[in-house]
Amino acid sequence: MRRLSWTTWVYLAAIVATAAAAAAIVARPPSASSGSWWAIYAVLALLFLICDSTPIPLASRHSAWSPSSAATLAAVVLLGSVGAAMVGAAAVVTARRRVPLPERLFNGAIFAMAGYAAGLAYRAAGGHAHPPMPGFHAVLTASAVRIPSSAVFAPLIKPFAVAAVVHVLVNHVLLWGMLRADRRPGRAGHPGPGTSVALLLASDLGFAALGLVIAALWAVIGPFAAAIVLVPLFVARWAMAQFAEQQRAHAATLATLCQAVETKDFYTRGHSERVSRGAGMIAAEIGMRPDRAEAVRFAGMLHDVGKLGVPTKVLQKDGPLTEEEFAAIQLHPMRGLEIVRDIGFLAEALTGIMHHHERMDGRGYPMGFAGDEIPEFARVIAVADAFDSMTSTRSYREARSIGEAVTELRNGAGSQFDPRMVDAFISALGRDGWQVQEPARPSGHEILTSHDHDDPTAPLRVAESL
Amino acid sequence: MTARTAEQRWLAWHSIDTGRLLLVGATAVLMLVALARTAATGVSDPYVAIAFGLFVAFGALLRLMLPGGREATPIAMSAALAYAMVLRIAAPGRALAASPPLQVVAVAAVGMLLGTLPHVAAGRRPGVSAMCARLLAVAFVALVFRPIAADPAVTGHWVLACAVMAGLAAIGWLIETVITAVIRADDLRARYSVMLADEMRVQWRLGLAVGVCAIITVFGAEVMGIAELIVFAGPLLVIQLAFRRYGGIRATYLQTVRALARVTEVGGYVEPGHSGRVARLAIAVGRELGMSEPDLLDLEYAALMHDIGQISLIEPIPGGATAPLDASDARRIADFGAEVIRRTGVLDTAAELVRCQWMSARGGPQQPPLGSRVIRVVNAFDDLLAGSADRDRVAAALDRLRLDPGAQYDPGVVAALATVVGRRPVSRL
Repeated sequence: MRRLSWTTWVYLAAIVATAAAAAAIVARPPSASSGSWWAIYAVLALLFLICDSTPIPLASRHSAWSPSSAATLAAVVLLGSVGAAMVGAAAVVTARRRVPLPERLFNGAIFAMAGYAAGLAYRAAGGHAHPPMPGFHAVLTASAVRIPSSAVFAPLIKPFAVAAVVHVLVNHVLLWGMLRADRRPGRAGHPGPGTSVALLLASDLGFAALGLVIAALWAVIGPFAAAIVLVPLFVARWAMAQFAEQQRAHAATLATLCQAVETKDFYTRGHSERVSRGAGMIAAEIGMRPDRAEAVRFAGMLHDVGKLGVPTKVLQKDGPLTEEEFAAIQLHPMRGLEIVRDIGFLAEALTGIMHHHERMDGRGYPMGFAGDEIPEFARVIAVADAFDSMTSTRSYREARSIGEAVTELRNGAGSQFDPRMVDAFISALGRDGWQVQEPARPSGHEILTSHDHDDPTAPLRVAESL
Repeated sequence: MTARTAEQRWLAWHSIDTGRLLLVGATAVLMLVALARTAATGVSDPYVAIAFGLFVAFGALLRLMLPGGREATPIAMSAALAYAMVLRIAAPGRALAASPPLQVVAVAAVGMLLGTLPHVAAGRRPGVSAMCARLLAVAFVALVFRPIAADPAVTGHWVLACAVMAGLAAIGWLIETVITAVIRADDLRARYSVMLADEMRVQWRLGLAVGVCAIITVFGAEVMGIAELIVFAGPLLVIQLAFRRYGGIRATYLQTVRALARVTEVGGYVEPGHSGRVARLAIAVGRELGMSEPDLLDLEYAALMHDIGQISLIEPIPGGATAPLDASDARRIADFGAEVIRRTGVLDTAAELVRCQWMSARGGPQQPPLGSRVIRVVNAFDDLLAGSADRDRVAAALDRLRLDPGAQYDPGVVAALATVVGRRPVSRL
């Protein structure tokens, strides 16, 4: 288990204690503690455990998602709030591996509390009380018998919807509290790439509806109801896992191919990766939407891919460049655009790649845009790009310190960089830190370049004035 | 030879037309009969029919793309199958009986057409043959299950009813899959058996979910009535969303590799368009050789990136062709390219294909994998054509590959290439 901060421990202990106290107060042995009550509980708890033990890994490393709420909400209808709390508490014995005891207790506590709250909401919204309505139990015990004419379930839809919303909300709020408590300097609290909270909430609500379906099916096909819903659940799980896997594969492939392009120039190794990270830091700081933040990270990754179109001898040339050679360098954003133009999801990112060398005063390239004419993505990337170039070692100079580079960024704010992006980057830097390039020495086989077009402190020298 | 090729082409088009025509014609006749019959006898339980019809239309509107350019409408299919198999529907007052089978066909057809209209209006493909395959599957299930459902001995107990439904849904899925595979095999000029296996591999999970969801809907409707469709829409939408995102990221991944493979072109290492041409031709040849879809995907990745190793060269090779390189250089470049691809951690098979591409097909110490042999032949062919699509040039290039003094090329692959380029002009591949 990763180290937890003391605030996390306090929060965790408070949640578990609340749940335990509540259990001591409200828990009476179920009055209808017939065999069938316990039989239904056993099946639903098993369903819960199966769902909970096979979570879907999400793109960010520490989060996973499981449709176990369907079992809790089925229990709300079939067993009442105490039963739902007990189903949720089964999370303590989850078969997921490497879950330490405190985390098990915490999970059990929040699922139990969410289940109990859902049960209360269900009754408050007009759902039937427990012990169940007359005649209902007979149906449950003799599973082969059908409900003769049941308009019983239709009026349950509204209370069930309320219960589902309450369950999802309580669950997410308690989890969110955990994330807040765990947030420390140097560790960004925002979710990882591609994890959209709205999407998770929607998925939770969608699968929560399955709870009512289970309860309804139970009247017809008995415990088999729990088994049959597992099929679509597992198919959905498969597709989600495939999505996460493909997303990781995509990111890995993109990063690797960008690195391959960098092999052309020893000194810029890791540049794309770091610019991508820097762009992500700025995006998070200025509160960009998650999908746009992801696009700007990809744009940062790909911003220099067009450099491969610049002849090596131009990159290696020592001394002033001819106009022709300078033009070749100025063309690289266009070349990059040419390469990535067909990647569909990058629509906005393309503008970032195309214009990352524009300057706020209009003296940049390729278009000479100024101020707000420059797309937002390009203004983000320009800052991260220049900062990484300055803090990396070059053949013609040593790496600058982070402090010096920050000063240079401040000096350039307004003329070269967007001051808002510079401020955002500097404050993100204070929180998350920056991993500078390893001061490696070339072994002699690599290509060494003698200037860096990204370096604002050493502008390219052109032999004849333009 | 020219005359024979033209005849082959004519035959190919002819067979495509016949197959499709037969399918669309049969479905249209069935649909018209169903509509006429329903109109003549009147719609029984119109609210139920409208509810299921709207659900089918909703599902057809939300059609999703699966890997390989397939389309699927899981929600529409579960709704249509559920309507075909529904036993009793709880309603205030009385339990509604099931609708007659031809009404099921009519409702499903109208729903599918309605849901497809917005796609057509937006200029997207209507996907007529896929819709026909789906409708035939639904019609089969409805026409077989309805008479069975009338027998209380079968539907009196849920276990038996459930087993019959599962069996029929499986056969319905099989019908849809076989029809789709036949149509695809015609379109892509591939072997039927390979296409069927590919189709089943891609579709079985979704098919299973669709069948089970239909059965859940049937039993749920007995208790909850028609309102159950609204409740069950939630989980169905989540499943649909999961598959949509999966299909989307697959497509993006391919786009990314396609785009990044072009760094070698922008860098001047290879001719513009080379990797794309080699990849397209390699897939056609691989399909002709009966390669399965996962193998073809690896082949496509490898073909797109087969020259990526050239970026290890300080300056591009003049002319950009790999063919005149001596063996040790070719090997070094291939190894470097494979190393780059392997570093992704996910494209090991493609990396291996790239690594082995320089190996001789015959008499070498190790037989390279089929994909590598395909890339070798197609790459040489593209270099020999040098951008021209002239018929004589193609024939000369093929002769040169057949002659093959260095025993570099696999004769089977060369023959498959000749068939592929004989069927359609190179420029239109």
